Amino acid sequence: MGRRRIVATPGAWLIWGAVTFFLVNLAGVIGAVLVNSVGSRWFDTWLPEEWTTRWYATAWTDFGLFQVLIVTLEVAVLVVSISVLVGVPASYVLARRSFPGHRLVYLLFLLPILMPPITYGIPLATVLYKFGFAGHLSGVVLANLVPSIPFVILTMTPFIEQIDPAVERAARMCGARTWQIFARILAPLLIPGILAASILVLVRTVGMFELTFLTAGPDSQTLVVALYYSMSAAGIRAQQSVDAMAVIYTATMLVLLVTALRFVNPTQLVARVREEPD
Amino acid sequence: MTPRPIETVPPPARLAWRHRLAERGIDRHLALLVPAMACVLALFVYPFAYGIGLSFQPEQGGVFGAYRAFFADAYQRDTLGTTLGLALPAALLNVAASVPIAYRMRGRFRGKRLLTTILVVPITLGTVLTAEGLLNYLGPAGWFNRALTSLGLIDAPLRLTNNYTGVFLSLVITGFPFAFLLILSYLSGIDPTLERAAATLGARPWQRFRRITLPLLAPGLATTFCLTFVLAFSVFPSAILVGDPAGETRVISIAAYHAAWEVYDYPLGSAIAVIMGVAELVVVGVVLGLRSLLYTGSTGGKG
Repeated sequence: MGRRRIVATPGAWLIWGAVTFFLVNLAGVIGAVLVNSVGSRWFDTWLPEEWTTRWYATAWTDFGLFQVLIVTLEVAVLVVSISVLVGVPASYVLARRSFPGHRLVYLLFLLPILMPPITYGIPLATVLYKFGFAGHLSGVVLANLVPSIPFVILTMTPFIEQIDPAVERAARMCGARTWQIFARILAPLLIPGILAASILVLVRTVGMFELTFLTAGPDSQTLVVALYYSMSAAGIRAQQSVDAMAVIYTATMLVLLVTALRFVNPTQLVARVREEPD
Repeated sequence: MTPRPIETVPPPARLAWRHRLAERGIDRHLALLVPAMACVLALFVYPFAYGIGLSFQPEQGGVFGAYRAFFADAYQRDTLGTTLGLALPAALLNVAASVPIAYRMRGRFRGKRLLTTILVVPITLGTVLTAEGLLNYLGPAGWFNRALTSLGLIDAPLRLTNNYTGVFLSLVITGFPFAFLLILSYLSGIDPTLERAAATLGARPWQRFRRITLPLLAPGLATTFCLTFVLAFSVFPSAILVGDPAGETRVISIAAYHAAWEVYDYPLGSAIAVIMGVAELVVVGVVLGLRSLLYTGSTGGKG
């Protein structure tokens, strides 16, 4: 197969049409929020009659966005660092060792990703309330660790498998201890993988609604939960300032995402892609 | 290292025991696994077990009281059907639409990276923002209805939000890109020379797809379906925001949330969460069981 032909078959037209339709509507969904957040008096026209930025100021003060952003940042940084610190050593063992119960342990790490967050979120929140963690930052962080640690493990295990074990054996022959192998041999080789995993965890944590919603108290809401509350209490605040908040959320996510995509190719997370040689 | 003062010669039996364990792969390095295991056990397994235990201790009705309460009340029972009625078609559509599109795009072409980037966006938007966007875009005065009206296709605005359609669309918007990217990566893992070989034997494009690619892709399709289904099955915020949370789109997660955090009936809430988990695992189990009947060997392209 050489280059694809320029003149496309009907099937190709149909497929490209479907993709375009999806993308146009997607742009509409995002664009509608964006335009509404900078317009005023938008009733029965294509675009608002006046443009303004005051909704952002309103959203900033009314929803206490500074506080919310700080909380979001704290939660994200804590979750990412803890899950990397805990997850990477575990994925090393899972990638390098075979021991009885290996499959069982792997399944145990897979389960939190396979279950809907609500199913384990409700019992988890009950337990966290019982021990007094929920309603505070610590509860939100603990709840978000549940899917994050397995996620780090599942992304890092194939990554570690790619590294030649001969390098480690050579280091061990030269007298390096396990922690030295970690610090001097593996860590430099693992940096790209760790970066990729942490950015993905960051994106997931910032976007994680259910678990944060179930465990957050009034002063430990992340951006997405604050957005939900402002939306479900519609009518109290102007729709536009809710939209302004949504735009701030999207912008945060997009910055994270674009950074993430500089390090990871999303299609490589499942199977290693072999491009056609020609 | 702690000094060992007394025993200069360690007892041989103990040494041999440790040695034998090490030969089977159990040694000190497994300690690296301990923090992660501890977290998962404390934050996932224990709460889950606690929740299951709680669900068997309702205030009234005996051991299975909470479950009986759920299945006896049609308002609660129907949430299971509602959720499946949303999640199964959405997951099926996402997978079915992804296959031809990914098949067309599996090669190299200009702008592939840009397209994948654009398609990742909806995954990260999350359900809340998608809901907000859908309310604006598909609402009675939104751009979609406006465009259809000015094209003369419809007279009155279509009602697309605050009902089943709105939730379904939000599931498609978040689920389709996810399914597409997974299927694209599975397709890229299939050795392209197999298809070329079939072409030299005279197979038409449709036959090549039907006889070569599809069987190799089928296990990947099953996995993708499961993951997309899980995503759609846990629909919660969008069902409230763009749906009709008291009627048409009262999904099971709303019922669980309502029972646990609004009525404070923790046993019932836990029972619904358990029912939800079981229902999901049944569907995933059926799909994966069907998958094990299919060819699961190498597809030639993976590392």
